[in-house]
Amino acid sequence: MSQSIRLTLKIWRQKGPADPGRFETFAAEDISTDMSFLEMLDVVNEKLILEGREPVAFDHDCREGICGSCGAVVNGRPHGHLRGTTLCQLHMRHFRDGDTIVIEPFRARAFPVIKDLVVDRSALDRLMQAGGFVSVNTGSAPEANTLPVPSDRAERAMDAAACIGCGACVAACPNASAMLFTSAKVSHLALLPQGRPEAARRVLSMVRAMDACGFGNCSNHRECEMTCPKEISIVHIARLNREALKAGFLSPER
Amino acid sequence: MSWLFSLLGSSVGKKWLMAATGCAFLGFLAAHFAGNLTVFGGPDAFNGYAERLQSLGPILHLFRAVLILCALVHITTGIVLFFQNRKARPVAYQVSAGAGGRTLSSRTMPYTGLLILAFVVFHLFHFTFVDKASITLFERVVAAFRRPDLLALYSAMMIVVALHVRHGFWSAFQTLGLHHPKYMPWIFALSLVAAFGTAIGFGALPILVAARM
Repeated sequence: MSQSIRLTLKIWRQKGPADPGRFETFAAEDISTDMSFLEMLDVVNEKLILEGREPVAFDHDCREGICGSCGAVVNGRPHGHLRGTTLCQLHMRHFRDGDTIVIEPFRARAFPVIKDLVVDRSALDRLMQAGGFVSVNTGSAPEANTLPVPSDRAERAMDAAACIGCGACVAACPNASAMLFTSAKVSHLALLPQGRPEAARRVLSMVRAMDACGFGNCSNHRECEMTCPKEISIVHIARLNREALKAGFLSPER
Repeated sequence: MSWLFSLLGSSVGKKWLMAATGCAFLGFLAAHFAGNLTVFGGPDAFNGYAERLQSLGPILHLFRAVLILCALVHITTGIVLFFQNRKARPVAYQVSAGAGGRTLSSRTMPYTGLLILAFVVFHLFHFTFVDKASITLFERVVAAFRRPDLLALYSAMMIVVALHVRHGFWSAFQTLGLHHPKYMPWIFALSLVAAFGTAIGFGALPILVAARM
């Protein structure tokens, strides 16, 4: 049953990277519980535009939980309090009439705020450039059965490949560490025959890039796996540690 | 050699150092606990154990040197990690609500670590670097635990050590890449056993000594 609720929003406003920023309070009236969180923000923004005020900037794209664009910290939880859900897939039926909602951008030294709730996540792109790929010759695709991949292994690689690169793991980590993101990439490719040839170089290069971007260190708090909208497990962090040990001490890669 | 330093200086390398040195301390705790049990054998058993330990000479010095080296690495790396992690989030959240991953034990690691350091220094000057000629170690231990303030300090500190062990134990496995779907539930259970073992095994000893002797 669709209902109409009224909310008080405390939203982080910041004009640009140099602006110190502050919280602003908005009343969100007549919000349908069938709306998604982002649709609720759209309603707030339409009202702001009609009043001639600056709308709240937030990142979004597919709005179906697969692109990794959206994400803000809602009442202290990246993507909100619902497990395994991106912010765009969080619906207003999970809030109660009269609730106060505090909305903040992802906070990390490696994710500087661009405007309001929009942060620069290009550090994750730099991590991908450091090793989140396989090098193959172009040309016609090889016969699929030349590289057999057992089904359970493909499933485990897919568990890691489900990462949409939203950065919620960094936002949730008390140390702003990017270990879950990096380990998902390392693990995804290390589990597949196509990724094995470059596995040692990849893990060392990605760890170096992770440190250079200014992310923190993993303390095994497990906040990341509890927050990840794709529910990626810290099993992959253990695999990164294992791959890094093997690569660091047993391979000729530096 | 430069590859080794850059490897151990990386974020994962620093965690390996914490895990490996932490494992050494867990081994030390187990040995210390076994030694402690001799106190229930009476003055002769306990003093005899202390004397035999001293008579090991160079082996004892080697063990001490390794432990001091581990402590230096564990403390220095821990402090570096603490400040790097603080620096990684310069602006704090207005509302901080965990998703259920953090525990009291994981949250307090740097602080329990520093408390343990202070306690270890106190403990060494209390029972190890002392005059053993005019008073036997057994008498010294019994006299110490008859004082309620020292009794409370020693027993309370064991809860602090247990908290540190609870997160450190399983964390060491995870950091060294030893995560396996079959064994991880055991490792979690073992970290609880190690924590309760530390709290009860070490914590109950001063109370039992004070009550019985």
